[in-house]
Amino acid sequence: MAENHIKSSEITPESLYLNRRNFIRAGLLAGTGIATGLTYRYFNPPPLIVEPAAEIATVVEKPGLSTMETPNTFEEITNYNNFYEFSTRKGAVAGAAKDFVTRPWTVEVGGMVQKPRIFDIDELLKFDQEERIYRFRCVEAWSMVIPWIGFPLKKILDQVEPLGSAKYVAFETYYGGKSGNPDAKLPHGPNGMQSSFSAGIDFPYVEGLRLDEAMHPLTILATGLYGRQMPNQNGAPIRLIVPWKYGFKSIKSIVKITLKDAEPPTTWNIANSDEYGFYSNVNPEVDHPRWSQGSERRIGEVSMRPTLMFNGYADQVASLYSGMDLRKYF
Amino acid sequence: MNDVKFNRFLISLNALIPLVLLGYDGWRGQLGANPIEFFLRTTGVMTLVFLLVTLAVTPLRKAFGWNGLIKYRRMLGLFAFFYGCLHLVTYSIFDKSLDLAAIGADIIQRPFIAIGMTAFFLLIPLAITSTNGWVKRLGGKNWAKLHKLTYVIAVLGVIHFWMIVKSDIFYPAMFGFVLAGLLIYRLVPKLKGKPQAGDVKKVPQS
Repeated sequence: MAENHIKSSEITPESLYLNRRNFIRAGLLAGTGIATGLTYRYFNPPPLIVEPAAEIATVVEKPGLSTMETPNTFEEITNYNNFYEFSTRKGAVAGAAKDFVTRPWTVEVGGMVQKPRIFDIDELLKFDQEERIYRFRCVEAWSMVIPWIGFPLKKILDQVEPLGSAKYVAFETYYGGKSGNPDAKLPHGPNGMQSSFSAGIDFPYVEGLRLDEAMHPLTILATGLYGRQMPNQNGAPIRLIVPWKYGFKSIKSIVKITLKDAEPPTTWNIANSDEYGFYSNVNPEVDHPRWSQGSERRIGEVSMRPTLMFNGYADQVASLYSGMDLRKYF
Repeated sequence: MNDVKFNRFLISLNALIPLVLLGYDGWRGQLGANPIEFFLRTTGVMTLVFLLVTLAVTPLRKAFGWNGLIKYRRMLGLFAFFYGCLHLVTYSIFDKSLDLAAIGADIIQRPFIAIGMTAFFLLIPLAITSTNGWVKRLGGKNWAKLHKLTYVIAVLGVIHFWMIVKSDIFYPAMFGFVLAGLLIYRLVPKLKGKPQAGDVKKVPQS
């Protein structure tokens, strides 16, 4: 030992060496673990808690058209949305739409009508507001029960007096706020919305109904839910609700309604005509290539439940389609 | 604990963190309005992540000389299988109530389910033969040949993901992009006729 060039005092004691190694290992475990956890969080951020909007002062009760089923919670309804102008992730729409400005806002109603008109949103909010608790079935095989507030679309259509030649109603969602009509008043600019490229579908979003579908008493323009004004992510300030059709037919944040004599183009049909038809009535018999339409998951429930023909509204609406091959006109 | 054991532990810990966070968020009720769909999607994405990480081992070894990485490749592949199992079990229980007839009908009706199922069933033999015993039994060459299936599985996995997306193809495209890079990395030397790692015969023995 005397010949050893290294002084024993210079040799790292084994215990210290092990300590150092353990220290590095602990650091590696903690460091990589935190990095992995943060990466996970970055891709899966916690849902945003949405403050409910102002209450709608007077709601007229009209029993008979609402379902008796228990509605989904406000949190469920306002944190799980398909609104591609803001985000293609259902949980991210609420956050992305929180700064969406919806005043001033007008809805331009024209086309094949006697009296084309521009309605200010505050004018529309003065219509009798009714509560309609409807089932809502998305084409992605999930569903909810939602207590909408609104009024029949028929009310507005009656005011503009459709011509006899009008057979269809076309709708358009806000996008950029530009309008050819100088009397239309809308917020300008992107207003928080993303590009059509990011969403993968054409904007502005357009939808359409046959005139008899539009005049049906179940079809409403909704201005709110749960007794409060419409949250941005659910289609503020005014949207369509057609409860017997897949959710994407119920177009959000409407700025234009046009009466036409021919079937209008619809966004998802343009994007993929094999999968999304003009009618898009809820139909458990006609399968979609990606979602089995025979059953659905009601949000809040664990197992699937069977999907009902016309989303359970067959008694009221089946007659609209008598004699039609619903496989062909899906 | 020697270094290999420690590194295995380190990789396992990181590989399980997404599952732990999923469980924690689920327990707090923070998986959103449709927790089952969220769990299903996340386990599917994790399966793809581990498939790509497994395929990235060879390029990383060659590019940085990290030859030690090969010791962990099989366990990375097993984590892909692990998340794939969670994905399939979630679908079978919650979407299909363990009804085999309904699952069979789904495979026939929905092409993306058929593709996902194929990918999963191709993973099974790879998971089974991932032990040292099986490598010996098959012989290194045969084993390597069998495990080339990983490429097919990863391609099917990305297609499966792509097909469920309605319009915003960003994430499936990202996975597809990375996978394409990993495949091209392997194809280019082959096309040029350059020797490959593992191509023992072609390597000059000087």
